[in-house]
Formats: sequence, structure tokens, C-alpha cells
Amino acid sequence: MEQPKNKIRSFIVENFLFGEENDLTDDTSFLNEGIIDSTGVLELIEFLEEEFEIEIDDDDMIPENLDSLNNLDKFLKKIIITS
Amino acid sequence: MCGVAGIINYKSCEKKERLLSSMCSYIHHRGPDATGTYSKGPAGLAHTRLRIIDLHGGDQPIHNEDRSIWIIFNGEIFNYPELRKRLISRGHRFYTETDTEVLVHMFEDYGTGLFEHLNGQFAFALWDQNREELLLGRDRMGIRPLFYFIKNSRLVFASEIKALFADKKIPRQIDPQNLSEIFTCWSTYDGATVFKNIFQVPPGHYAQFSKKGLKIRQYWELPFGKASNREYPKRPLSEWSEELNQLLVDATLIRLRADVPVGAYLSGGLDSTYTSALIKKNSSNKLCTFSVGFTDKRFDESFFQNMAVDYLGTDHKAITCSYQDIGAIFPKVIWHTETPLIRTAPAPLMLLSRLVRENDFKVVLTGEGADEIFAGYNIFKEDKVRRFWAKDPGSRLRPLLLQKLYPYIFSQKKGKAVKVLELFFQKGMQDLSSPVYSHMLRWGNSSHMKGFFSPDLQKQISDLDNFITRYIQTLPEGFMCRDSLSRAQYIESRIFLSNYLLSSQGDRMAMANSVEGRYPFLDHRVVEFAAELPPDIRMNGMTEKYILKKAARGLMPPRLINRVKQPYRAPISQAFLGDTHHDYVHELLSEKAIKENGYFDHIKTNNLLKKCKQQKGTLLSERENMALVGILSTQLLDFHFIKKIPREEGV
Repeated sequence: MEQPKNKIRSFIVENFLFGEENDLTDDTSFLNEGIIDSTGVLELIEFLEEEFEIEIDDDDMIPENLDSLNNLDKFLKKIIITS
Repeated sequence: MCGVAGIINYKSCEKKERLLSSMCSYIHHRGPDATGTYSKGPAGLAHTRLRIIDLHGGDQPIHNEDRSIWIIFNGEIFNYPELRKRLISRGHRFYTETDTEVLVHMFEDYGTGLFEHLNGQFAFALWDQNREELLLGRDRMGIRPLFYFIKNSRLVFASEIKALFADKKIPRQIDPQNLSEIFTCWSTYDGATVFKNIFQVPPGHYAQFSKKGLKIRQYWELPFGKASNREYPKRPLSEWSEELNQLLVDATLIRLRADVPVGAYLSGGLDSTYTSALIKKNSSNKLCTFSVGFTDKRFDESFFQNMAVDYLGTDHKAITCSYQDIGAIFPKVIWHTETPLIRTAPAPLMLLSRLVRENDFKVVLTGEGADEIFAGYNIFKEDKVRRFWAKDPGSRLRPLLLQKLYPYIFSQKKGKAVKVLELFFQKGMQDLSSPVYSHMLRWGNSSHMKGFFSPDLQKQISDLDNFITRYIQTLPEGFMCRDSLSRAQYIESRIFLSNYLLSSQGDRMAMANSVEGRYPFLDHRVVEFAAELPPDIRMNGMTEKYILKKAARGLMPPRLINRVKQPYRAPISQAFLGDTHHDYVHELLSEKAIKENGYFDHIKTNNLLKKCKQQKGTLLSERENMALVGILSTQLLDFHFIKKIPREEGV
């Protein structure tokens, strides 16, 4: 089964970088690097909720959870374990 | 309103008539009523005329008493009756009733000092036969366009770039760096255009061309950027608003001077309703108004337009614009804007000017400029909120103002992701000392569109930091002495107003259908008055255009004064993809066409298209919408101006 991190990476590369993989490391900040703009944040959350069948609480929507592949990976693991 | 074109060649005695005639054919839409030429010695001048003042006389070029000074002129000098009287009392003799003729005599008396006496919107070329010198002049705000190409001792100029390209000797090439700037701040600035070695006389400047070469000088500076040591005057608000109202009455009434009927656009907002109300109240003009609505209700303001019409009792004509309409007319839009666009908003305005023309009107007043001059745009509020928030970055309450500012972004997820969105607006928040703080977030966001450039083009351009550094170097001395709102207004007016808005939504979209726009808010007296106002009178708290709203009370329905400003926008991706189909979109965005032109990365462009199609054209991100328009319009620009010119217009 494909790892969540890879799924998210593919989503980011396809949807926000349009195929440009080179600049995206596991620690790249989506916001600082401008990979995601203000409406892109919503697109990302929608993807996470549908893809992983989860619901993300408003309180969890903080950069520490959402702003890089590593942060997302850690966050998803935490959610999936607790749910 | 008219088109001008000309050739000055000191080096060789080229035959100019045929080229002048060809140049005129490219700007025929600017002046379908008459053409005229002058050719003698080094100079050839040509003019296409839209008759508005002195319908029976006044065809151009126009000369002085001894035929030693010749002028071709595009635009209006609104204070010409007053200037004419003064000139007659000084002994000048006139042979027409035009404002154009005023200029030749003004030049005789004042030389290049004439500009300070003019209240108008103009671009002209004046040839002094005895001295063999050319003067090119452009109005303060850059309402009328004036482009040129210079090589050795030969200068070719015209109202539109396409007329320059009638000359096969002029190379046609998109400049990668200038394209990069358009993908950053939506426009080139000052004298640059998207085409390599094609320049424009910047707003508020004149150019002199003689055997010694070309000299460009500034005669007027945007007052928002001027250093000022004195404090803002303290006066009661009612005094300010009364003075503003009187000024706007005069600015509006002198813009009704014409020998043809003058109409007005009504957008449903404060600005155009205000000037229309002034016409109704202060003149006998039986006002005809025109408006554009949208089938997509997110963009439609016809409810408010109708409210204004009912209140003012104007004879009103309206059109409704669909996705299909925008996509269908877009190639023609780019033929006229002569620059890549980031938004589709100009397209409905071309449909609107067509409506005006179909109703036999040649002149309309519009509310353009009020948002720059009286701080109506969200970018000014965003700057204020971010500065306020930066003083206490940990505050939970301060960023809530952002939700008030961009409710449509924040409401999409019912409050979700607010913290992450806030982080987006927090980016660079501490760079308060930057002179361009107000615009850094927008420029940074827009410049991500450059990710679609091809690797080859990427190598030829500089990055965002370099752009910012270069732009800061062009700011006037003492810029940082001004308050932050004035600084933001200066940047917005200098980059966006003249080069983007007035050209792509003003002059070009109206002139495409031989219609002249007139802009009371851009009367230089109004602009100078606004810059003298204390900033909190322009924007009070989070109330934009505060003084204008105060001055408008009693002149229009309170609901139109107090409504939340809706930015004028038009649908983007759905106009091109989704349920609408346009062959040219698929051809110009095909892998073959993208590769052939070499501006964009064909894989990324294709992925953008795929994403767009998947969602029937409803792309989520603003940036992606902008990229789609940017890529398509650049491809169209290449098609029109690199590949197919000289030729007939249309795809």
C-alpha cells in the first residue's frame, strides 16, 4: 500500500507544482515557499479529508500539523491512531 | 479621440507616405472619421480622427499661423476654452474651434512649459519645422498611450504598438524580463512594454527628439510619493468634503465639453454613480447610462446598477455577459491590450463599449481611478491590517480583521483552516521597513506564476528580490517620509493604474469600438487634493473612500454609498474551459504550440489544463486562474504580434 506521505507528495506535485518535483523536500514549508496560496490551503484540507476519510478539527489546522510533508505525515499518523 | 503615428528620420530621406498610411490602417479604430498626414524633411506625421469637438473643421494635422509648427493630437484638453481666450488676448489667431489648435499656440508661448497649464488626457506629437525638433507629450496619469521605437537617428511613434509593427524594420520580440515583471506585478512600469525595444513615453513625461538624440523629462509626479515636510492640514471633515464635491462637480462638468452627446458607465458602485449624479444635478444633459452584468451571479452587480438607474432616472442600456462571451472575444481583447493579461476583466468592457457605440455614443464618463486616489482597494486595508497585527504578532483578535477583508476566502470552509490562512497573510509581516511592504505579499504570490515559464526563459529572468530592489531604486526621494497609505497608493497608481488599468480596461477597450472614456476622478486637481488629505480621511479605520462617501451623502441612495465594495472582476477559467469550447484555446495551449513558442513549460501547462478540465473549469486557486489567463494571453500576443503581423486582426 502506498504510504500516506507519498500520496500527499503526489497530490502536492500534481496540484500545486504541476509536475515540478525538484523543489519539494520532506521539510519544505508550503507557505514559506509559496507552494500553496490562500485558497490552496482549502484544497489540501479537502484532499486529506476525502483521501484518508478523516475529519480535521478546526483546532488542528495549524502550521505545525499542515505546513510540510513531514508535519502532515506525523499529524496523519496521530489522527489515524486515535480514531 | 484619435490615433497618432509618425516617423522622424534625420539620417536619410526615406519616403514615408506609404508606411504612414499602413500605420494608420492599424489604428483606424481610434479614428474612423478622417485621416490626415504631413510630410516634409525629416518628419512624417499621420492622424486618424474621431470627431468630437469642431465636427466640421479641425481635421489634423493642425498648424500655427505661419505653418511652422504642426501637431497631431489624441485626447482632450478640457480647459481649452479658457486657454483659447487667453491665447486670443495675446494675439494668436485660430482657424478652428478645436482644443488641438490651442496646443500649437501654447507651445509658441510656453515651449515645454505648456504642460502645467493643461487639464486633460492626451498624447500628442508636435513638430517644430524651423528647429527640426519633435515634442512628444503624454498626460499626467497616462490615460492616453504613446509608444515609440528608436534606432540611430530614426524614431517611429504611434498610439498603439501594432502601428509600429507596420514597419517591417522594427523587430517584434517579447522581452523575457518584461514578461517576468508582468507575471509579478501585472504590468511593466514606466517606459517599458512587453516587447523588446518598444518603449512608451511614461505618464507625466515628455520626450524631445532632435538631431542630438532623444531626451525624456518628467513634468509631473504622482503626488502620493512626494516628500512632504509639513503636517497634514487640520480641517473639519465637512470642509474637506464640501471642497471635494465642488472639485468633482467641476471635473465632471468640464468633461461634458463636446459637440457630440456624452454618456456614462454605471458599475453599481459609489464612483460612477457619484459622477452620474453630479451630471444629473448640475447639467441639462439628458443622461444615457450603460452597464454590464454577468450571468454568473458571483460577479453580477445589476441589482445595484438598477438601483442607481431608478434613482437617477437615466436612459439606461445594459448587456449581460456570459462565460462564452468572454472566451469568444478574448483574442480581440489581446489584439487591443497589446500586453499579456492576468485577469479577464477587460473583456466585458469591450462588450460594453460596443453597446455604447451601437447606441451612437462616442464619449462616456467612467468612475475609473477613484479606488487608487481615495484608497478603495483591499490591498490598502490589507496593508493596514498587517501593520497593525505586526505590532502584536501573538494577538488573537488582530488577525480577525482579515476575515472581514476577505470573507469569500475565509467563509469557504466555515471557519476551517483559518489559522493556516492567517499564516499566509503573516508571511513577511515583519518587513515593515520595506518601502514596498504593501505590495510584497501580492507580488510574491503573483510571481509564483513564473513557475510555468520554460527552463530556457527562466534562465533569462531575475528573481523577485531583484525586481523589488530595482523597483525601490526608482522610488522618489523622500518616499519613506510619507505615511504608509500614501506610499501604497503611490505604488498602486504608478504600476497598476496607468499601465494595466487605464490601458487594458480604459483606453484600449473603449477605443477598440471607437469610444472615448473620460475620467473625472483622474482630473489632476482631484488627485492632488486627495494626496493632500490626511490619510485617515481617505481610509478611516476599515472604511475605504471615507471622504468620498461623506461627500456623496444626499446625492445617491445610502445603500449604494454604504455597500461593501465589490471588486470588479470577471469569470476566468470557465470562460475558456468547462462547458464552453473555443478552438483557439486548445490550439494555443497544445503541447505543439507551447513548445514552438518556448515561453512556457509544456508539461506544467498541460497539467494546469488537466486540473482545470477535471473540475469543469472551476479551478480553486486564484493563482491558477491568473496563470491560465497569463499563459493564454501571452500565446495570443505571440500569435497576433510576432507571427501574424502585418495582417488583418482576429484569430
